[in-house]
Amino acid sequence: MSASSAFNDEKGGSSSVGEPEYGHDPASGGIFSSDYKRHDDLKEMLDSNKDSLKLEAMKRIVAMVARGKNASDLFPAVVKNVACKNIEVKKLVYVYLVRYAEEQQDLALLSISTFQRGLKDPNQLIRASALRVLSSIRVTIIVPIMMLAIKEAASDMSPYVRKTAAHAIPKLYSLDPEQKDQLIEVIEKLLADKTTLVAGSVVMAFEEVCPERIDLIHKNYRKLCNLLIDVEEWGQVVIINMLTRYARTQFLNPNINESLLEEGGEKTFYGSEEDEDEDDEDKDKKAEVATMAKRKPYVMDPDHRLLLRNTKPLLQSRNAAVVMAVAQLYFHLAPKAEVGVIAKALVRLLRSHSEVQYVVLQNVATMTIKRRGMFEPYLKSFYIRSTDPTQIKVLKLEVLTNLANETNISTILREFQTYIKSMDKDFVAATIQAIGRCATNIGEVRDTCLNGLVQLLSNRDELVVAESVVVIKKLLQMQPEKHSDIIKHMAKLIDNIQVPMARASILWLIGEYCEHVPKISPDVLRKMAKSFTNEEDIVKLQIINLAAKLYLTNSKQTKLLTQYVLNLAKYDQNYDIRDRARFIRQLIVPTEKSGALSKYAKKLFLALKPAPVLESPFKDRDHFQLGSLSHLLNAKAGGYQELPDWPEAAPDPSVRNVEVKESVPEWTKCSSREKRKEKKVEKPFYSDSEGESGPTESADSESDSANGSESVSGSEVSGSGSESEESEEGSESEEEEEEEDEEKDKKKKKKELKKKPVQESESEQSSEEEEEERKHERKSKPRKSDSETESGDEEESESESSQSESDESESEAEVKKKKKAAQSKPPAKPVKTDGKKEKKEMSLLDLDDFEPAPSPQVTPVNSFLSSSLVTDLEGLSLSDSVLSPATIAPSSALKSYELLHRITGEGLSVEYCFSRQPFSPDANMVAVQIQFTNNATSDTKNLHMEDVKLQSGMRVKEFPEIELLPAGETTTAVMGIDFCDSTQAANFQLCTHTRKFFVSIQPPVGELMRPIFLTENEFKKEQGQLMGMNEITERLTLDVKCRNEHTIVQRVTTAANLSRVPCGSDKECSPPVPPPPPDHPVHRFAGRTVTSSSLVLVTVATKEEGAAQLTVNCEKMVIGTMLVKDILQALTQ
Amino acid sequence: MSTKRNFIDLQRHLKDRTRGAFSAAHTLLPYWHRVTHQWQLESAAEMIHSLFLINHTGDIFLEKHWKSVISRGVCDYFLEVKEKAVEPENVPPVLQTPHHYLISIYRDKLFFLSVIQTEVPPLFVIEFLHRVADTFQDYFGECSESIIKDNVVTVYELLEEMLDNGFPLATESNILKEMIKPPTILRSVVNTLTVLLFFPGSSNVGDKLPTGQLSNIPWRRAAVKYTNNEAYFDVIEEIDAILDKSGMTVFAEIQGVIEACTRLSGMPDLTLSFMNPRLLDDVSFHPCVRFKRWESERVLSFIPPDGNFTLMTYHVSSQNLVAIPVYVKQNISFFETGSCGRLDITIGPKQTMGKMVEGLMVTVHMPKAVLSVNLTASQGNYTYDLATKVLVWDIGKLNPQKPPNLRGTLSVQSGAPRPEENPALDIKLKIQQLAISGLKVNRLDMYGEKYKPFKGVKYMTKAGKFQVRT
Repeated sequence: MSASSAFNDEKGGSSSVGEPEYGHDPASGGIFSSDYKRHDDLKEMLDSNKDSLKLEAMKRIVAMVARGKNASDLFPAVVKNVACKNIEVKKLVYVYLVRYAEEQQDLALLSISTFQRGLKDPNQLIRASALRVLSSIRVTIIVPIMMLAIKEAASDMSPYVRKTAAHAIPKLYSLDPEQKDQLIEVIEKLLADKTTLVAGSVVMAFEEVCPERIDLIHKNYRKLCNLLIDVEEWGQVVIINMLTRYARTQFLNPNINESLLEEGGEKTFYGSEEDEDEDDEDKDKKAEVATMAKRKPYVMDPDHRLLLRNTKPLLQSRNAAVVMAVAQLYFHLAPKAEVGVIAKALVRLLRSHSEVQYVVLQNVATMTIKRRGMFEPYLKSFYIRSTDPTQIKVLKLEVLTNLANETNISTILREFQTYIKSMDKDFVAATIQAIGRCATNIGEVRDTCLNGLVQLLSNRDELVVAESVVVIKKLLQMQPEKHSDIIKHMAKLIDNIQVPMARASILWLIGEYCEHVPKISPDVLRKMAKSFTNEEDIVKLQIINLAAKLYLTNSKQTKLLTQYVLNLAKYDQNYDIRDRARFIRQLIVPTEKSGALSKYAKKLFLALKPAPVLESPFKDRDHFQLGSLSHLLNAKAGGYQELPDWPEAAPDPSVRNVEVKESVPEWTKCSSREKRKEKKVEKPFYSDSEGESGPTESADSESDSANGSESVSGSEVSGSGSESEESEEGSESEEEEEEEDEEKDKKKKKKELKKKPVQESESEQSSEEEEEERKHERKSKPRKSDSETESGDEEESESESSQSESDESESEAEVKKKKKAAQSKPPAKPVKTDGKKEKKEMSLLDLDDFEPAPSPQVTPVNSFLSSSLVTDLEGLSLSDSVLSPATIAPSSALKSYELLHRITGEGLSVEYCFSRQPFSPDANMVAVQIQFTNNATSDTKNLHMEDVKLQSGMRVKEFPEIELLPAGETTTAVMGIDFCDSTQAANFQLCTHTRKFFVSIQPPVGELMRPIFLTENEFKKEQGQLMGMNEITERLTLDVKCRNEHTIVQRVTTAANLSRVPCGSDKECSPPVPPPPPDHPVHRFAGRTVTSSSLVLVTVATKEEGAAQLTVNCEKMVIGTMLVKDILQALTQ
Repeated sequence: MSTKRNFIDLQRHLKDRTRGAFSAAHTLLPYWHRVTHQWQLESAAEMIHSLFLINHTGDIFLEKHWKSVISRGVCDYFLEVKEKAVEPENVPPVLQTPHHYLISIYRDKLFFLSVIQTEVPPLFVIEFLHRVADTFQDYFGECSESIIKDNVVTVYELLEEMLDNGFPLATESNILKEMIKPPTILRSVVNTLTVLLFFPGSSNVGDKLPTGQLSNIPWRRAAVKYTNNEAYFDVIEEIDAILDKSGMTVFAEIQGVIEACTRLSGMPDLTLSFMNPRLLDDVSFHPCVRFKRWESERVLSFIPPDGNFTLMTYHVSSQNLVAIPVYVKQNISFFETGSCGRLDITIGPKQTMGKMVEGLMVTVHMPKAVLSVNLTASQGNYTYDLATKVLVWDIGKLNPQKPPNLRGTLSVQSGAPRPEENPALDIKLKIQQLAISGLKVNRLDMYGEKYKPFKGVKYMTKAGKFQVRT
């Protein structure tokens, strides 16, 4: 490889600059003498003006640090260079600084100002690295500075800086735990971040600072699930582990109904009496629970399902830690029937490095105890090779033993037979133990195993024999009467076997079953008495035992022998043995002093002893979260978070709904939602919205990575959840149920929609009649408000600007009049009389995307409801390419967002929408139209804004104060915000004469741009210059309702303020016909961002069967990715 | 220490059972066993606290701390366990000391030992350490003690970037290379010039990001340009098998990997499809591969990283019978009397699909008692390492007409008992131009860029863990 030669070169190159000096300075004795001098030399180099000398010095210092040499006396010389211009010097200074700052706190403080300056740098990378180093300096005095820096960085524009802020949180926490509360606030803020870059890091911070604050996760749960696949590998591990814990607290045990069966099935495996007793108790309890569960059939929470579904593809990750994390999640959370999927992935990891194998096998061993069936198909993957390290062999053996059952035991035993011949004696011993376990667990093979083990007794290796004896002893304990010949055989072995443990085992066996071998046993005792003094302690104890038992059963022959042995033991060096001898003598030899106990001596010694239970050391290991360090050690490691038990009853699932918040822009549908909630509290909102989103196709996984406006509202998140649901092929039973629910919801909604097909009323109490009335009213109302605003504008605004504005609105009004005319009656009717289904879809759509337009510019009835009208408009925009984009924009109805809810606003409700008009006072601002409605009984006065809080660079032009808003009246105002091409919210206070409300306006990314006109050629040319990083491409399948041209155009322009690029080819100019043209058209849209005027180019290339490719070219990558996300959503739903 | 303990636990556990009715307790534990107890941690700590690099003789030659300094004395626990384990592979990867946990990997005769203070998924650390070793390999061409010492500054900078406060930050080789240039470039640039883009303080670097950090395709660097655009894919399959004495297959499976080398300008979007994707049973992907496309269409769609990478690994479904390319006839026996044994191995072609078997090599780990061998090979050479007792027979190409044979006598230490187990044979072989499972790449398409790349697919079959029991 070229690299190796390169390496040689490098060696040569660096040596010429003097590297060998330290290259050959191992900890030789001479170093101390030269130390002082060398450091002088380094200091000189650091003080020089030449960067090359400084760099050289720093390299040598870092090499010292790496070697563990003390370089702290250089601190003053080094820290001077913290502001050095040379980047590499600087970098190495940072490395040094972080290493020694703790020791030299005073001097370290000198460097702080450099970093503080760095925090304000316009370059995000410098900001990030300044924060990184600053937070790594472990000096307590700077805690407040760090806190401030973290807080600031947490709301930085750049996700990369925010990620760094997340990393800094645990650093500060470990430096000063007092800061916990403040840090939790920052974590809370960062948890709400929508970028994949931040997600992993902030969850890591959460786990280290406040893992107990599970409540912080609720609102972010769905977002995290959906982002997961695009988070980097290490973040995935942390998030999955955290979500496992979360799910254990929030959802019900999916196996609650199966636990009965499970217990019954697995119990026989370790069928000792004790166990059974326990099991029975358990069973009773479980049965109770089960019956309870039967009363209320288990339905999996959709959020629970969402987690399982979104983690499953990660089983295919190349990163073993990710695979293990998913595996443990499935093991702990999935219904029993679904856990199986992880087996294959885990078996795959067995091909990896031996350390990985080691950890995986430990976990597999635990899993095989609870879920044996899962790994049975992969039995052969656990076969042992002679080249495996011993620790791997032993673990594989453990797994094989756990997997053994009646059907595969013969294969396994044949395998074991090979292993017994291994040269690795530790492994052979483990194999013999394993055979013993198989024999106890599976009755059918007990005799076979026993015979096999007896054969091993003639093995040449003593260790093997000894281990066999020990195991045989255990097996014999189970049915001693059948095997007196084996006992005889073993008695003979006592002459040859030297391993103490084995000798002891044999002696115990003979003593215990001396009645089965009455002739041999006294003889054995005789031999043992002879060699007593030379035996090991453990053997001596057994000799005493044997003697005692024989004395009790056959005192005639053995009385003297026993006396002899006890006398020997009396003078033994070991006090245990002396004690034992004294004790036994008192117990068995009747004297005048002997108490009541000696009567029971026989019972005491020859009581029936229960057979030992041979069970896996991995039994019950699974109370530790699998994959954790604690599980591996089978001991709680510091900082381990217990895996909670399933709750008895599910906590309120609605906590995960992302609620209407004052500050969060929302589809203003609260009325209908609340209504529904009232109707059925139990039903989570989630499943409702699934119904809404209807059959959608799966968004390509990459789409999630975009930091788009995902999870702004509950409906959106769950929408994407349902996407993945549909994409899932293996359908589970729960799904059907869910679907049924959806169906119901749909029906319900249909009913509701029938009631108010067009408009949503603001008030939730309004009865049907009221609604009827309202419908009538509404028709006149908008027109009224329309005129109001116009007049208002004219009155208040400065002459020129107002002129142009009103001009435009007038022209718009014209268009609208057209629309109204077109819509007024005939087109509306066909919709109603259409097939029921179609109508439902239409109205659903309507509910989803469009709102009772609060803005006067928009017609209350959605324009595109009538297909004919759309065609009209489409024709207009297409045929007349000079048509101003501003006039096209309104054709797609404007979404309006709630700024202030009626309740929180104490009667005052405020909504806003992006009117897509140029904001005349300042072209760099986005016009936001605000509609105030006074629902209170009293007048509201002096409506104005105050205390505007903005991200740096953002500006706001306030709307003129509204002096009076009478009760029941509605008015609108326009304000301008320069968002600096970011989706950061503008926060301000809305003040009335009595109250102040904190509100914020956050723009969807599509509103940050204004349409521009480009020809197709221009478009292509510009696009050619925005390739590579500036281009984001997504594949998608268009929504069924969105396969014709005008809906595509419609939806794209709704999602983003762009104008369509007219296309020269006739296929696009021809009026759109219902069957789309055979060759697939390409739609192009163009715009510029409002602040920086960066081009935004969008291409939607359709292909057969609804497939399409979406391309966004924009030099602002963040905007590009977010836009892709938004448009994708618009097109697929 | 923990894992050692686990093992001992396991044994002890079983022994506990044997004790059953015994009254005597007898367990000798290593001293560190008694030390294990719970301790209170003052506060939360990061995931990976420190890293030590240790060579196989036990010298600590590099240390890096991501927070406060931990004395290298902590390694003593590890070194002690290492001394006890005969083979370095037998050192448990997870050890417990009174105040820390030590997680280590053994790669290229080096131990990468990390110090942990709190609960962390062990695989997380192990996987990361391997990634560090991979990165060194990638940067310096090999990962050895001398090369790490020679490049200690680069190594240190890499470690600094890869981990922030104990949490992995940048582990993709493409991103790292944007921030820290590999030595090749370092040489040409001369030390004084900026090596890092990371601190764009000086004017010539400007506002440039290591774009990978921010983009949604973090594995690819931006603005790649080549004059010759090429994309090569190597489909490499390994046969893992255990054959028993009589040559019957105890267990066999095929594991495959697709190694790619792409040198393509711009942002190419590649699609690779197979003729017979149904063969693939279990797959794992490089993060660039789009899961959903695979799920729905069974094609690999991806924007490739620049340079060499592993695109996917796969397992061939077990319903397909695995073709075993060679047969092995062997007879190894040790005589009861007289200190000698006999060895006779013949290898011949079995199911080679008409291809040539190359690089054939047989490795035998002889029992310790075997002092020397006296063999004749009809083809190739053999060596016997007296210290490790490993016999290697390097055959080369397999001649189908005249199957190679190795026979002769083994001399066994006199007085030693006859070895009980015959040593297993490890077979290595290579077959070019063949994927033994029959997997075939159908086509490779590129989207997103205008040029026509040169495309190539190569197949190869190798013996993986291919063992013949004797």
